[in-house]
Amino acid sequence: MGAYVVRRLFFSLFVLWGAVTIIFVVLRLVPGDPAYIMLGPDADQAQVAALRAQLGLDQSLIQQYATYLANVVHLDFGESFRLNADSMSLVLQRVPATIQLATTALLLSLLIGLPLGVIAALRAHSWVDRAISVFSLMGQSTPSFWLGIVLILVFARGLKVLPSAGSGSWAHLVLPTITLALPFLAILVRLTRSGLLEVVHEGYVQTARAKGLGEGIVVLVHAMRNALIPIVTVVGLQFGALLGGTVIVETVFAWPGVGRLLIDSIGRRDYGVVQASILLVATIFVLINLLVDLLYGFLDPRVRLAGD
Amino acid sequence: MVAPVAARRRTRAGSARIRFGFAVIAVYVVAAAIGPWLFRYNPVDTRTADRLKPPFTRLSDGSFAIFGTDQVGQDLLAQMLQGARISIAVGLATLLLAGTIGVTIGLAAGYFGGWLDGVLMRLADIQLAFPSILLAIFIAALLGPSVVNVVIVLAVANWVTFARVARGQALATRRREFVDASRTLGAGTWRLVTRCVLPACVAPVLVVATVEIGHVILAEASLSFLGLGTPASTPSWGVTIANGRNYLADAWWISTIPGIALAFLVISLGVLGDALRDRYDPRLRSL
Repeated sequence: MGAYVVRRLFFSLFVLWGAVTIIFVVLRLVPGDPAYIMLGPDADQAQVAALRAQLGLDQSLIQQYATYLANVVHLDFGESFRLNADSMSLVLQRVPATIQLATTALLLSLLIGLPLGVIAALRAHSWVDRAISVFSLMGQSTPSFWLGIVLILVFARGLKVLPSAGSGSWAHLVLPTITLALPFLAILVRLTRSGLLEVVHEGYVQTARAKGLGEGIVVLVHAMRNALIPIVTVVGLQFGALLGGTVIVETVFAWPGVGRLLIDSIGRRDYGVVQASILLVATIFVLINLLVDLLYGFLDPRVRLAGD
Repeated sequence: MVAPVAARRRTRAGSARIRFGFAVIAVYVVAAAIGPWLFRYNPVDTRTADRLKPPFTRLSDGSFAIFGTDQVGQDLLAQMLQGARISIAVGLATLLLAGTIGVTIGLAAGYFGGWLDGVLMRLADIQLAFPSILLAIFIAALLGPSVVNVVIVLAVANWVTFARVARGQALATRRREFVDASRTLGAGTWRLVTRCVLPACVAPVLVVATVEIGHVILAEASLSFLGLGTPASTPSWGVTIANGRNYLADAWWISTIPGIALAFLVISLGVLGDALRDRYDPRLRSL
């Protein structure tokens, strides 16, 4: 297990380095002087000079890259000229709100998605299964920015039972959570259904049944444990889409998280904050996938032994 | 003897899904192709008398606004037909670009193998470890909103799936006897890749493209909604929906109706993609 953990840790670091490098390359590939692009037409000469010095634009590309990497390692994305504060600390202030939203959405998806998937698998090809898969397809295909607007129209403006925007109470959390959770929940339903269907005919499930265990225990303990293995991996990968979704949901509901800060900062051409928020979200995503990989190795010994 | 009957019924259901998907998509494509000629949309034409009229209103010039009008008195249906053109065009152009990049990289990685394969596939891993909408937002923020930029951004965010499929096919094909036979007869690398390996990629790549196009159209609408996709002067569905947010109190229809049209198109593409995948290549299910 030790070697497996070390290998996954190195891969995560490698991926983070790759993400940092992609940002560097994209910033330099865009035509024009990065300092001018980042500051926009209304910047004064002093700001441009300061940013040029900070980015090291008069140095060679290799030196610029080294400076950039060193800054990233020190979590130094420069000052935000617009908000007069350190970019990274601005982003860190917004993290709790985003984590809160993402966690409640994840919990809601698991609480509804897993049972629906199990029901669909147990009643495969019945009308219940069809209804669930239609729901799941609609959930995956509905644009979340649109769903958010419709929920606001119905529950905030029409029925006036929930607030339309902002944060502060549990009521504020309801509509953004539903909007963020729906696509994730829909994928979870499909994965659970197909994962369970793949294992229900396995020998060990028949054995469990043959020794007289109740159907509930057979499904939940014997079949589900193995069906969970692929589900856990894809859930980890799809969590990135959920994190990306927070950008849209936070914009629609004026939720004070990293996603909204990112969009506001793009509007203000505050690229230090933009880079800091993107890298922070990417880091959270990489950490979650690291956890998923470790959990995967724990659930399925074949995985961690494969490379040893 | 129940199983074959059930299986046959499922296959039939599969072809029903394929017919349904194709039919709906055909309606959208026809609407996008000829609709803007039938219902003229002129972004600078402002008619204050017809502002924010609800669906099923007779307008001042005698025309009938089945989906109502927006804040400058524009017919919403005309705007949506124009939007359909943009969404479908952006979707197709993105797939073409992403498919070309992805298939080229995948073929190179799979056919040549070795360090090239290692480098290219690690690059793909890195990109998959980076939520693609974030990468798209970052590039779009730097490039600024335009239709061409949306296509570039979404292609960069979506090439990996194509690369993986093409690589898998190349790995499976390059050791087959007919490829060895061609090589023995003196075919060069270029000919082997384009004539022997590439044709094996076509079917799975088309299936993946059908599955992906719905995601691409959704992503374009999301970017446009955030103000990072098509510019505000180009009435794509995302722009129209974003625009309607400012008039939710007076005009629910501006945001709601284009969203339904968008969701229905994406659902149909999803149904078609899934059905094609189940029929022709169930192995692609994990992608």
